[in-house]
Amino acid sequence: MILKPRLQDLKIIGFYLGKIILGLAFTMLVPIICGIAFRETNPALDFVIGLEISLLFGLILVTLCSTEKDLNWMQGMIVVSLSWLAAMVLGAIPLYLSGHWKSYLDTCFDAMSGFATTGLTLAQDLDHLSYTHNLWRHLIMFIGGQGIVIVALSFFVKGASGAFKMYVGEARDERILPNVIHTSRFIWLVSMVYLILGTTALGIVGTLNGMQPVNAFFHGACIFMAAFDTGGFTPQSQNILYYHSLPFEIVTITIMILGAINFKLHYHLWTGKRREIFRDIETVTLFLTVMATFVITAAGLTQLGTYQKATVLFRKGFYQLVSGHTGTGYMTIYARQFINEWNHLALVGVICAMAFGGAVCSTTGAIKMLRIGIIFKALLEDIKRIILPERAIVVQKFHHIKEVFLEDKQVRAALLITLAYIILYALGALVGMFFGYPFLDSLFESTSAAANVGLSCGITSVGMPTALKLTYIFQMWAGRLEFMSIFTLIGFFVAAVKGR
Amino acid sequence: MNRLQASGFRLQATGYINCLLVACGLWLAACGYCFAQPISSTELINNAKFYDGKTVVYEGEVIGDIMVRGDYAWINVNDGNSAIGIWINTSLIKDIAYKGSYKSKGDWIEVTGTLQRACPVHGGDLDIHALAIKKISLGRNIGERLIPVKKNQVIILAVILCLVWILKLLKRK
Repeated sequence: MILKPRLQDLKIIGFYLGKIILGLAFTMLVPIICGIAFRETNPALDFVIGLEISLLFGLILVTLCSTEKDLNWMQGMIVVSLSWLAAMVLGAIPLYLSGHWKSYLDTCFDAMSGFATTGLTLAQDLDHLSYTHNLWRHLIMFIGGQGIVIVALSFFVKGASGAFKMYVGEARDERILPNVIHTSRFIWLVSMVYLILGTTALGIVGTLNGMQPVNAFFHGACIFMAAFDTGGFTPQSQNILYYHSLPFEIVTITIMILGAINFKLHYHLWTGKRREIFRDIETVTLFLTVMATFVITAAGLTQLGTYQKATVLFRKGFYQLVSGHTGTGYMTIYARQFINEWNHLALVGVICAMAFGGAVCSTTGAIKMLRIGIIFKALLEDIKRIILPERAIVVQKFHHIKEVFLEDKQVRAALLITLAYIILYALGALVGMFFGYPFLDSLFESTSAAANVGLSCGITSVGMPTALKLTYIFQMWAGRLEFMSIFTLIGFFVAAVKGR
Repeated sequence: MNRLQASGFRLQATGYINCLLVACGLWLAACGYCFAQPISSTELINNAKFYDGKTVVYEGEVIGDIMVRGDYAWINVNDGNSAIGIWINTSLIKDIAYKGSYKSKGDWIEVTGTLQRACPVHGGDLDIHALAIKKISLGRNIGERLIPVKKNQVIILAVILCLVWILKLLKRK
């Protein structure tokens, strides 16, 4: 029997949702300060309006749903899934007011793309967008990459014992430190330290490349936020191609890889256990899958002969591939070049890389390395069982921070999530094909959206059908939250309708 | 040979060279190696294989930074659809006064140059190596005026927000 949700459930959900919206509202102070600093009055006002509307919603929810009770698992999951939708709708307000998006849906598309660290964009005339709006586009990637709930947990939901339920709902099932709030703060510490280092490195490279220092450091900060959080937005319409610089590509590729590594591994590296990086199943799997998919991509590019020199082929092929694998979506080619100048084999290599993703408890989306590694280990175990004598006891282990014995429940969980991702990739591809796009183009764009990558072969444009925009928004949302909180939300609505 | 004769020969030689250049230009145009009409970025990107290595004319707005690298520089030119990187001698960019950004509309220029689909010199970028540029129109600074509607919205929302906050305080009491 399905139980109808009680009023108390709605109050608890509303209260915590309100708190998270309040947390999100305060992040709009950053672009307001930026607007004042760059003397961009109207853009700053856009954010004041956005801040006021968000505060209004947050305050109304907190006031109407005021409660002392703690979250249970179902409520925690629903709060997370609704928080992301609220962030999309409210975060889109200042962007829409800029006039650079044709409709509110397009702005919501970009807001979800930003929060979910995807990087697909429908912005118009990006090259004339203000510093203020540009900072917000990249800041939402930084916030979304760490996790919207993590922002609230770190600064606004002090002492909430239901915090862990929301933390898990946001696709982070690993605690770095015993306390989940300390874990959130550690994630912020890592990110802020890298932010300073990354911005400095990119700013210096930009200045040496001939950019104005202010622009170089502003771009540096934006590019860092989007690269470390494996997002993929850039301040200019040409993406990374704008910079025409090998050093810039090297720095961004390094940041993308850092962003694709598990925060837990960052913690161990920070505490001096550098050997972990060579032993952990995720980094080993990441290395192997990058190599395997690069071989496929390079073979495709060699067949076609677009890039005559091996160094050029490596630079173009490896950059797009790592960008896809880490879920960033930075590009040094134009979107249509994927279709016009890369053959099917090369595209399949990139699609596979996008589908795999980075590490769990990182800022990447997609299936993720731990699950790929576990599935591979399970396959090895089964092969061993067949080869070895029947009486032999087969034990499979893997190293993920510590030695772990492979259990059936881990394999089952990994396979279930992998299956869910494959269905999600296929769903978007089907919708794309329904609207007349070729199979490979549809699959490429769909995988990019669902795996929160952001590489585009040109389908994502203002003119694409509304249903496809909605499909990609759903894919970005579901892909980022790894399904559980979304399934819970769907279940909640079903219970509200059918429950007793 | 006196000075007058020498200058006569020079003029004649210059005339021959000019004729030769015009003839070469016509021949290139006839063979399809040079395109006199501006081509859009969409056309260049979508048919890069066709235009690869050919002299093209492309026009658009100079956006972002001019990135000087030794004797050459990178400028990015946006025709309204996409921006393409132009590799250009620094002597040719002296006339560029405005670069497109939030606060300015960049100069609109016409670039004549060779399209590289996967430039071997620049790591495989699709770019244009400029031979000549012509300024079509001068850019300008965009003065920012406060939009009254936005200001009013800010004030109205602030009032509503204060009311809600007061209600919240009253409810707590």
